[in-house]
Amino acid sequence: MNRIREIFDIGAGFESIIEWLTEEADWLFDFIALVVEGFLDGVNWLFNFPSAFVIIGLFSFLAWKVAGKGVALFSLIGFLLILYMGYWSETMDTLSLVFSAVIFGLLIGLPVGIWASRSDSAWKILRPILDFMQTLPAFVYLIPAVLLFKLGPVPGVIATLIFSLPPVVRLTNLGIRQVPVEIREACRAFGATPKQMLLKAELPVALPTIMAGVNQTIMLALSMVVISGMIGAGGLGNVVLKGITQLKIDMGFEGGICIVILAIFLDRVTQAFTATQKR
Amino acid sequence: MALVEVKDLYKIFGTNPKRAIPLIKEGKSKQEIKKKTGCTIAINDATFEIHRKETFVVMGLSGSGKSTFIRCLNRLVKPTAGQILIDGKDIVKMGSDELRELRRYKMSMVFQHFGLLPHRNVINNVEFGLELGGMKKTERREKAMEAITLVGLEGFEFSMPNELSGGMQQRVGLARALANDAEILLMDEAFSALDPLIRAQMQDELLDLQDKMHKTIIFITHDLDEALKIGDRIAILGPGGRVRQIGVPEEILSNPADKYVKEFVQNVDRTKIITAGSIKHSGPVLNSIKDGPKAALHLMETQSKSYAYLVDSQRSLKGIIHIEDVIELKKKKENDLSTIVRHDFFTTTPDTAISDLLGTALHTKYPIVVINEDNKFLGIVSREMIIAEVNEGVDESDTPTVFSEILEETEVFQNE
Ligand SMILES: Nc1ncnc2c1ncn2[C@@H]1O[C@H](COP(=O)(O)OP(=O)(O)O)[C@@H](O)[C@H]1O
Ligand SMILES: [Mg+2]
Repeated sequence: MNRIREIFDIGAGFESIIEWLTEEADWLFDFIALVVEGFLDGVNWLFNFPSAFVIIGLFSFLAWKVAGKGVALFSLIGFLLILYMGYWSETMDTLSLVFSAVIFGLLIGLPVGIWASRSDSAWKILRPILDFMQTLPAFVYLIPAVLLFKLGPVPGVIATLIFSLPPVVRLTNLGIRQVPVEIREACRAFGATPKQMLLKAELPVALPTIMAGVNQTIMLALSMVVISGMIGAGGLGNVVLKGITQLKIDMGFEGGICIVILAIFLDRVTQAFTATQKR
Repeated sequence: MALVEVKDLYKIFGTNPKRAIPLIKEGKSKQEIKKKTGCTIAINDATFEIHRKETFVVMGLSGSGKSTFIRCLNRLVKPTAGQILIDGKDIVKMGSDELRELRRYKMSMVFQHFGLLPHRNVINNVEFGLELGGMKKTERREKAMEAITLVGLEGFEFSMPNELSGGMQQRVGLARALANDAEILLMDEAFSALDPLIRAQMQDELLDLQDKMHKTIIFITHDLDEALKIGDRIAILGPGGRVRQIGVPEEILSNPADKYVKEFVQNVDRTKIITAGSIKHSGPVLNSIKDGPKAALHLMETQSKSYAYLVDSQRSLKGIIHIEDVIELKKKKENDLSTIVRHDFFTTTPDTAISDLLGTALHTKYPIVVINEDNKFLGIVSREMIIAEVNEGVDESDTPTVFSEILEETEVFQNE
């Protein structure tokens, strides 16, 4: 029985892969960490440096522009509530984490989605991987992230970006595949290069669908960012975690409220963007 | 040299399609080959020419390979075998750069479901082709505006496609195709998605445009009436992508090459196709300069008519003269026939369909005179000839009631 256990010791195999990576590809992860950290710091500064009122004003204005009065009013009240509950900087930290993870996610997810839409065999390989990624419990992503990037916000961003990647890949692929045949034919018939076709027809026509993917990715990222409070990513995740581990019910609850407000704001704004595009 | 020459063209869909060609040559049917190889024959050994500035219509039922054929011409579909020479160059052998040139500057295409970009407004859609070719913004705006004016879309430049009706959307499609000033216009069932009234209107406008622009139009349709109306020449595709007949509309109607074409043609209303010009014949004509009453009476006698048409030496129509008036004139010993002309008759132009003459024919005493736009006498069309033409090609068994009604009415009229 033990021998069989040895043969099927997938966990140990995974462990040795990680070990090998940390020893041999050390420089690569250091480099990734450097890039992510730099970006994250920049974004963090952007959200934390101006006075909270400026940010609240900007957010409410954005909400008003794309999603209408109701959402704007909600944002105004919601963010003021966050401010006066005393969680402003934590919320901005979380927002920075989400923002960074989503930007990196798009940088990876869009090209991968486009590639998948171009090639049936690519999609055949990608699909089970995406399925796997989406069914894996969120916590599992934390383990390799910690092993490769230690503790702190960087592994938080990495785990988040991987966890939230599938929707944008899926929906980019779907959106481009759904572009009507005649539009493609029209592009070719008027002498479009493949690049022109992608930029002038496929991506714009697929944009509403892609935006739906971006919306889902943002929502997944937000949920993951909170979980990655467990590995010291900071922000609202930390607040909630403290609430749980130290049984501070008030803190846990307030942290939860902040997350909900942020989630609704992000969801409505990105969704409205999808809708205006669809028209 | 013809503009487009299609030689031994085959298109077979499926994996390893070339192996189906020997089977086709053995005479196996489309179904048999499909069963054996899994390949679908879309075009089977097509050979023909398309001339400069003609409107060439390809017609056939759904699935007969029309779309495939027109897509071979701009290589959206790559032929399996054969040649397509455009200006003598074989486009089947062209690489992607050459093809792009061809598509940008030589030919453009109009699609059945318009194929417009939904995120662009009308003018941005129209200038799409020019933009792809890298033309500067101001220049392409200008060209796009010209095209928009041509198709009657002024005032809609900044509308989005989904705000327009089908007919208007197809105008955008047409303008886009006209904007790059290509010599060849490919139209794949361009009007099939429109409702009948708009469709007829678009057909008329296309004919008007073609009068001005003289493009080479290759027009696909599944509707024979449309083919006959628009086409200078028509190719009929049978099932399995075989060309059954190529000819001018009248040829197709009067000499169907085989049973398949004949069955097609039987459902057509001939009276809409046959024109006054094509059935006109000569009639009693007098020259106002040299002919006097004597010549007039002689002519009427030999042709046993009680009237004759008077023209001048340029054969311009002056009117009709009646035998009573001639006799009167002779009695008065006068010579000038032009003093007694009357105008109690009808005229028509050579391209008027005889269906449009039926009403007139029933109410005129004298044959209808065919004149051209300079008022030149070309010939006459009598009531009997029109009725005969209407009845031709109609089987005795299924004579439509309208025709018999017309005949009855005619009899009543004659008995009066
Ligand atoms: N991309 C394709 N793959 C396989 N078969 C096709 C393809 N396109 C067309 N066909 C087949 O070729 C035949 C001709 O189709 P098509 O040219 O679209 O006809 P039409 O335009 O006259 O309706 C049909 O039997 C159709 O099923
Ligand atoms: Mg078709």
